[in-house]
Amino acid sequence: MIFSEVYSAYFNAVAEIITCLINGKTDDKMLLGVVERHAFSDSVLTVLPSLKSQKWQLVRPDMTTPIKHTPTMPLTELQKRWLKAISLDPRVRLFDIDFSHLADVKPLFTPDDYVVYDVYADGDSYYDEQYIKNFRTVLYAIKHNKTLKLDVVNRFGKPAKLIMLPKHLEYSEKDDKFRVISAGHRFGNTLNMARILKCRVCFGDAEYFGEEPEREKKTLTLRITDDRNALERTMLHFAHFEKQAERIDDTHYLLTLTYYANDETELVIRVLSFGPQVQVIAPDSFKNLIAERLIKQKSCGLI
Amino acid sequence: MSAYNELIKNFEKIRAYMRDFYVYGFKSRAEYSQKSSRSYDDERRRVESWLGEYMHFVRSREGKNMFISIDSRVISHNPLYKAWKTKSFTDRDITLHFMILDILHNPEISLTISEILDYISDYLDSFSEPMCFDESTLRKKLKEYISLGIIVSKKEGRTVYYSRAEFTPVIEDTDALHFFSEVAPCGVIGSYLLDKHSEHKDRIFFKHHYITSALDSQVLYILFNAISQKKSVRANNYIRHTKKTISITIVPLKVFISAQNGRQHILAYDLRTGHINPFRIDYLSGVELLGECPEYDKYKSKLNAMRKYMWGVTYGREDKLQYVEFTIKVEPDEQFIVNRLFREKRNGTVEKIDDSHYRFYTYLYDTNEILPWIRTFICRITKLNFSDRTIENKFKKDIEKMYDMYLSGGGEL
Repeated sequence: MIFSEVYSAYFNAVAEIITCLINGKTDDKMLLGVVERHAFSDSVLTVLPSLKSQKWQLVRPDMTTPIKHTPTMPLTELQKRWLKAISLDPRVRLFDIDFSHLADVKPLFTPDDYVVYDVYADGDSYYDEQYIKNFRTVLYAIKHNKTLKLDVVNRFGKPAKLIMLPKHLEYSEKDDKFRVISAGHRFGNTLNMARILKCRVCFGDAEYFGEEPEREKKTLTLRITDDRNALERTMLHFAHFEKQAERIDDTHYLLTLTYYANDETELVIRVLSFGPQVQVIAPDSFKNLIAERLIKQKSCGLI
Repeated sequence: MSAYNELIKNFEKIRAYMRDFYVYGFKSRAEYSQKSSRSYDDERRRVESWLGEYMHFVRSREGKNMFISIDSRVISHNPLYKAWKTKSFTDRDITLHFMILDILHNPEISLTISEILDYISDYLDSFSEPMCFDESTLRKKLKEYISLGIIVSKKEGRTVYYSRAEFTPVIEDTDALHFFSEVAPCGVIGSYLLDKHSEHKDRIFFKHHYITSALDSQVLYILFNAISQKKSVRANNYIRHTKKTISITIVPLKVFISAQNGRQHILAYDLRTGHINPFRIDYLSGVELLGECPEYDKYKSKLNAMRKYMWGVTYGREDKLQYVEFTIKVEPDEQFIVNRLFREKRNGTVEKIDDSHYRFYTYLYDTNEILPWIRTFICRITKLNFSDRTIENKFKKDIEKMYDMYLSGGGEL
């Protein structure tokens, strides 16, 4: 079963508390910190009081524990089966992991058991040795705050060179692509991993690049007409945005979401895909983007 | 009446609340409280405790509406996984857990049940009112841990010995664990593994990241077990149109996941209707494994053969395939539009008609499924040719409605 107390936040918190006590660390503030880190906002009312009151007989009144060894738990069958399943995923090649100890384990699922049916066809090449090498180098640079010298292909298909300080990776499941988000280089701060021909860590001054620039955020308000199950389709489709919904009447709803300015064109397309069931209410600038496309459509002579 | 506890025994109870708070977020307390207002208050308080920073409320005519709002591009860990880490337990469960694993701290140690009991009794000696465990309680707990795979038993003569399961190296690469815990099915299991690594720093973030499916992990887990064992399952299926739940018996064949809306379906052979149908996984509950299906491979092959005519999850009869064709206009500097046709199409053919026109055509079971994609080309569609003229006319009418909405000042609130 997936839902078991052995994976619970409370068990994790108690394991670390016992570890602290074994190591002679009994400071209350620190132990509360452990609870806060592993569990939830109301958990402080339960975990330490239950241990101290001997409801859970794992801590003695003098803050010692009868437990003699740092708590550990072997991997469960469920965990092993899931690990075995991801060992069959092509993307696992990006990471240098030895799964040989799971040779006799039956995977929880195989690539044949599921399909992501609407992923775009030009995803990254997880079987390309150079791509894998680049991925690992970039990840290393992020981990160690190192700058990178890169040979890339620019968006016009021409080779180019650049230096950047990578900050993190961003993966899109829809595009099946990794992007490198950096503290800034001359092509902006986002670079598709697949555009990197080769890269190496250099010893430039990481401080020079500063921090990753703030992304401009915008707000969009949509009016949904709940016809042909549009409400559910829209709410699920836009679920990954920061958002707020409001019911106007039995069939109409308002959805206000926050998006990043550089994703605007993509968002215009996504709104269009719902047809008249989803109407842009604000801002006018976004309404105009839709209107411009409709004016162009009118000139196509379809209707 | 039992006191409020932030932990839960039954995940199913919280699943629907969390989905509604996250996906919709406009329902008022009165709507949730149709069954029991106390239950609503308890569940809301729990979700607030787990996901406080993402919980918001707004006052509407109907009252106070709670909702969860998350920018999944900024958070790198699915916060809904927290709900899976809230299983309730008894005082004796947690006490036994740490004692058993401490007594059997090494796979070399092999003890009988009475020897383990003796050790436990030693551990409890120093407490003023020590708990008392009998053999049957301990045996039940050991049996549970054997089924989880963390304890193994060995019989020698009539005596059963218990040991800790053999050591399996943990995956030290937390970037990999983190990545797959977010993108692989049943990712919450990866999150359990990641919880054991206190040193992990987030280096990978996610765009277009749908996190709702986390709530369906248990259902998905059973469906994967059914697929690997070629078994049928019985489940409760919520029917959206009738708002009723019915019992179904199906043979799960393949999980279909959408990266563009986060929905998950199980394509399964329905033993009642004798057809392969899609079932929304978030609408299934109470799934239980039944017996092996002797015809499993036949159904699976049938589904695989039919995939070429599926745009989404709808499956139908091959003699009722629908033809879909559309043509778009492309300017000389718009090669990216042509690229879009190739990378976004899921089947069918793209043909260049002349320097500025491209045609896409395909055969599908259900034309309706491709309409949202065709609409993304609004501003350049020059021709449509659907074998289902009703759908073609509906598509055109929809565009006319949009002209009215945006170009004629219509559609004001």
